[in-house]
Amino acid sequence: MSMKTRLALLLFSATLLLATGCAEVKPWERGALADSIMIADRDPIGDMQKEHMFLSREEASGGRAVGGGGCGCN
Amino acid sequence: MLPNKSNIVRSTLLVLGLAGLTCLAASGLKVGDGLPDLGAAGLEGKLPDKLKGQVVLLDFWASWCAPCKESFPVMEKLHKEHSGEGLIIVAVSVDEKSADMEKFLKKTPATFCVVRDAKHELVKTTDVSTMPTSFLIDRAGKVRFTHSGFLGKATAKQYQDEVAQLLKEKAP
Repeated sequence: MSMKTRLALLLFSATLLLATGCAEVKPWERGALADSIMIADRDPIGDMQKEHMFLSREEASGGRAVGGGGCGCN
Repeated sequence: MLPNKSNIVRSTLLVLGLAGLTCLAASGLKVGDGLPDLGAAGLEGKLPDKLKGQVVLLDFWASWCAPCKESFPVMEKLHKEHSGEGLIIVAVSVDEKSADMEKFLKKTPATFCVVRDAKHELVKTTDVSTMPTSFLIDRAGKVRFTHSGFLGKATAKQYQDEVAQLLKEKAP
């Protein structure tokens, strides 16, 4: 492998590494994530009714929720 | 062209080296380390006059963190029972807004020291992995116990036992 190709590969890898959209949120920075507005199912009764109608129409239920609110506590 | 064996080995070593450096950079505060200089951390609020020769419970908390709030009555009890024997509790809030911290403290008054790490300088140096995290520091100024998270009665019992053990020890 020539030096030029190696440099190009290194530059390409470095660009890929820096171009990722990932940012680590430290545990002490999770105030916004722990806000109640971030909870997907803040209206459990309303959601239950919607789920009932969805089940009646589509013959399918569930698969809406994911675990954890992102607080990072414990 | 396929990379040869030595290139693969060199690349692997480079990646491992970089990963090792990252781990070293993020070591944080651990058992055996000295108590960080709280006075130089730019904390908002009044720190206790004398920390040297005392047993210190340094706790990092936030008003948006449920287990942190749960730990306050336990720390209050510890403070009431052992402050006369040399226990000092320093609860460091990492709330971004001081109003959030004050709102919580109005509901749950604390008689121990509560300060705020507004710029997150101190918490960054300790690099805690969970909220809350607390460090128990002995009379010699060394971290002896750490607690990640607050697990109700289990953590309360550990606090009691560890604080009692450290209070028995004499200052060097």
